[in-house]
Amino acid sequence: MENFIIIPFTVGLIYLTLVLIYRFVKWVRGLSKLDKLRLVQSFKIRRMLRSLKEVFYEGLLHRKIFRKNPVLGYMHMSLAFGWFLLIVLGHIEVMAARRSLLVPFYLPVFFRYFETGTTFFASGIFSFLMDFFLLIVLSGVALAMLKRFKKQLFGMKKTTRLKTGDRMALTSLWLIFPLRLLAEGMSAELYGNGSFLTSSVGHIIGSFSSESTNLVLWTAYSCALGFFFAALPNSRYMHIPTEVLLIFVRNAGIRLKKRNNTYTDIQVFSCSRCGLCLDNCQMAAAGINHAQSVYILKNIRNNNLTDEQLFNCLLCGKCEVDCPVGINTIDLRITQRIESTLQYNSSYNYLEDLPARKASTIYFAGCMTHLTPGIIASMKTLFHMAGENVWFMDEEKAPCCGRPLMLAGQHDAASKLIVNNTRKILGSGAKTLVVSCPICYKVFREDYELGNVEVLFHAEYISRLIREQIILPGKTTTRIVYHDPCELGRGMGMFEPPREVLRATGKVIPVKNEKQMAHCCGGSLGNLKISQQERAVLRNQAVKDYQQYLPDVLATACPLCKKTFARHRGIEVMDIAEIVVSSIRKSAEVVPVKASVKEEAFAEELV
Amino acid sequence: MNRFLPDVLIHTTEMMKNKHVAVIGGGIAGMEAASVLARQGLKVTLVEKQKATGGKLNDWHHLFPDFSSPGVVVENLDKKTVRAGVNVVCHTEISHIERNNGRFELSDQRDVKIFADAVIVASGFHVFDATLKEEYGYGLFSNVITSVDFERRMKKHGKLLTLQGTEPRRVAIIHCVGSRDAKVGNIYCSKVCCITGIKQAIEINKMLPECEVFCFYMDLRLYGSKFDSLYLEAQKRHKIQFIRGRLSEAAERPDKSLQLKAEDTLQGRPLRMNVDLVILLVGMEPALSNSSLMRNNQMKPDENGFFRSVNMHEARNVGTQEGIFMAGTAICPMAVNETLENARSAALEVMNFLRTDKNHGGF
Repeated sequence: MENFIIIPFTVGLIYLTLVLIYRFVKWVRGLSKLDKLRLVQSFKIRRMLRSLKEVFYEGLLHRKIFRKNPVLGYMHMSLAFGWFLLIVLGHIEVMAARRSLLVPFYLPVFFRYFETGTTFFASGIFSFLMDFFLLIVLSGVALAMLKRFKKQLFGMKKTTRLKTGDRMALTSLWLIFPLRLLAEGMSAELYGNGSFLTSSVGHIIGSFSSESTNLVLWTAYSCALGFFFAALPNSRYMHIPTEVLLIFVRNAGIRLKKRNNTYTDIQVFSCSRCGLCLDNCQMAAAGINHAQSVYILKNIRNNNLTDEQLFNCLLCGKCEVDCPVGINTIDLRITQRIESTLQYNSSYNYLEDLPARKASTIYFAGCMTHLTPGIIASMKTLFHMAGENVWFMDEEKAPCCGRPLMLAGQHDAASKLIVNNTRKILGSGAKTLVVSCPICYKVFREDYELGNVEVLFHAEYISRLIREQIILPGKTTTRIVYHDPCELGRGMGMFEPPREVLRATGKVIPVKNEKQMAHCCGGSLGNLKISQQERAVLRNQAVKDYQQYLPDVLATACPLCKKTFARHRGIEVMDIAEIVVSSIRKSAEVVPVKASVKEEAFAEELV
Repeated sequence: MNRFLPDVLIHTTEMMKNKHVAVIGGGIAGMEAASVLARQGLKVTLVEKQKATGGKLNDWHHLFPDFSSPGVVVENLDKKTVRAGVNVVCHTEISHIERNNGRFELSDQRDVKIFADAVIVASGFHVFDATLKEEYGYGLFSNVITSVDFERRMKKHGKLLTLQGTEPRRVAIIHCVGSRDAKVGNIYCSKVCCITGIKQAIEINKMLPECEVFCFYMDLRLYGSKFDSLYLEAQKRHKIQFIRGRLSEAAERPDKSLQLKAEDTLQGRPLRMNVDLVILLVGMEPALSNSSLMRNNQMKPDENGFFRSVNMHEARNVGTQEGIFMAGTAICPMAVNETLENARSAALEVMNFLRTDKNHGGF
């Protein structure tokens, strides 16, 4: 037997191992001190088991892809899990054959070449299983080839564009298993060491059988393997080893904190460029096909990210929903924006320190609600009915909440506004802060440090008033379709309170694209590049979808969504606060329930 | 020589007598086009959806730039249409134009059918719905009105009061509401609002000399021959203040006055101001009936939704469907005098078309 056939494989494997060790060490060393501590502390049995379980489910079985599309899931599972089993079983087989736990690393790979016809314990079962799993892997390869040409069969509208390095790796990956089949088939024909699959293939190619063709086929197989291993670090297949590291690092609680560190690299290299995010991205409808998350990740990795791409994103978060690797695409993009605009942050040194007013509750309308005075009027009515001692903090003059700056990457500038607002909120001694804009809500919850002040979204506040029967909306047969605002739904995970409020006033119609899969209205502040015409395309697409359900009113809980949809002119749009107030009026329940108690306080408010 | 000309004229007149032209829209464009055609000897039917002709001019108080009466314009046009023998049909809203066997069949939602050899669409414009700019508070705040409301109030009451019945001491006039605003989907200029704003500002000053008037503009588009002098007069004699900057938002104060937030872009500073009354200069939009009028024929909208001309320089009145012509603001925003000129040119295009129309014995 010629030993040189193991050389391509061995060289490739050694190169891959060295690169992986180098990169993993670099990445872990690049984490902040605190993150390293987190990682060390995560080395506990239960956490490790959880991570291993996730590696098994997502890295091998690909459960998330299965959920999205079973055929696509099978394709990934057969390749990953099938190959994994071939490796594990191959080792066990060799151990059984050699009756030793220590076997040369290359032997399981070239076992059928070196072991010519010896029988050992359960050798028949082993060769049957090895053939069986080879068949599974081959079915995955066949599906992968089919997917390249007929992606619609896999429930995908789009697939990613490949670059040369990826193409080379892809070709060698596609060749590995067909070559293995041919090589093992030939050996089976020559030495009779195959099972159902390899023997049959051996019979078919039997007329070419000779020691030399056998050698050529096994050499080709070794070359394909070696080539794939060598190409892997510089191709998208780097995601295979990196994803394992990502799972451990993520489960240690490590996140991006407004600045790039090696956690960015770990996420970037974990992207398999499967393209599932492409189908979820609405911007393609407006002809924007270059700024999706998969391309951003690729361009970060290749150091050729442009601002045009970076800022052409609604930050709606839909791409995150189906990412099989669980990459935090939004955090990642905002962090890139922060880094790319570091020198442009305004000092905001003209901000005034206005005095706070003592109150038990603060209402912060925010810039967007100021553009929809209908919502402000409804909120004032509700506060009045609740007899609340409210300070309308930004009625006359107040800085923005900071979130739009955050979305633009202006983190330092946003911090100035946050400090200014925080001082006032804490100074008022309020226990509750009510906001009616999801954009404000997100930043108040995530980036402000407000101690014991409870931040309530108006939906929560109103549903509380309804539950405590402080306000009594009248239920009608109005058909309501509720639009989940991005910042509130996917952004903050708040899906139920607005629906709860609406159910008290009418019939809430469930729609196909809701909650995690809700549309973006197109008005997003996150996109700094999109044109008004392109926004209108996205808006019309969403409205068309909602109109199928024949709603009397399209309800939303975001002033920006409301404004965006109203401009469509073909559908009535209302904020949940407005719907509640109008339903109270309709049911003639205008008498404020608790108003007598603190009405004077509020009257003073108005003056 | 002597023989040639009269022959043509006789032939033309005889032939044209049997031609029937339908004019959709009894505003000033439709009235002018119809009366010109009828005077040339054609049979003309003018169809109006309201109970009387005159269109939007019936609501206007004064015309720019000379503060003349729109009522007189409508009155004269009415006389002209009657004298020329135009068949005026009111209370009828045409919703379909279909071409059958070389003739046009016009129908409304009921059973009215009108047959014509040529059609003039003079369906006018739609006033921008100011509630779409919710941040300005129209429909929510009682002292936010539109330029159309101003004309109506002035015509009806002859004076301008706030909702509380007091004389305003400060008025803000907001330019470009619904015009040149990509956010509401209108990227074009409505052309007449700037001068309307100046006219209304002067009217306020004449009526209430103590009242301060502020115009918030992006840039002033004073294209007419007498418009610039009116602008100068507004500044010098009437002390109207012009602030370059778009209004960002309005908020109602407890006393029903309004707090405005804007940016003075010449000073480069944010600006906050309280006023008693806000007037929104609402733009012109394509008429709501445009899409149904285009449905059953080859008429096409232009990029803004108005009727598309086959050539914007040489054949502005000629629609993309042979035999259908446009007059007035169905083509694009224009002022009263331009509308009337445009209507006369539409009438001429119809005459030329019918004369050369091979299918109908023309030559």
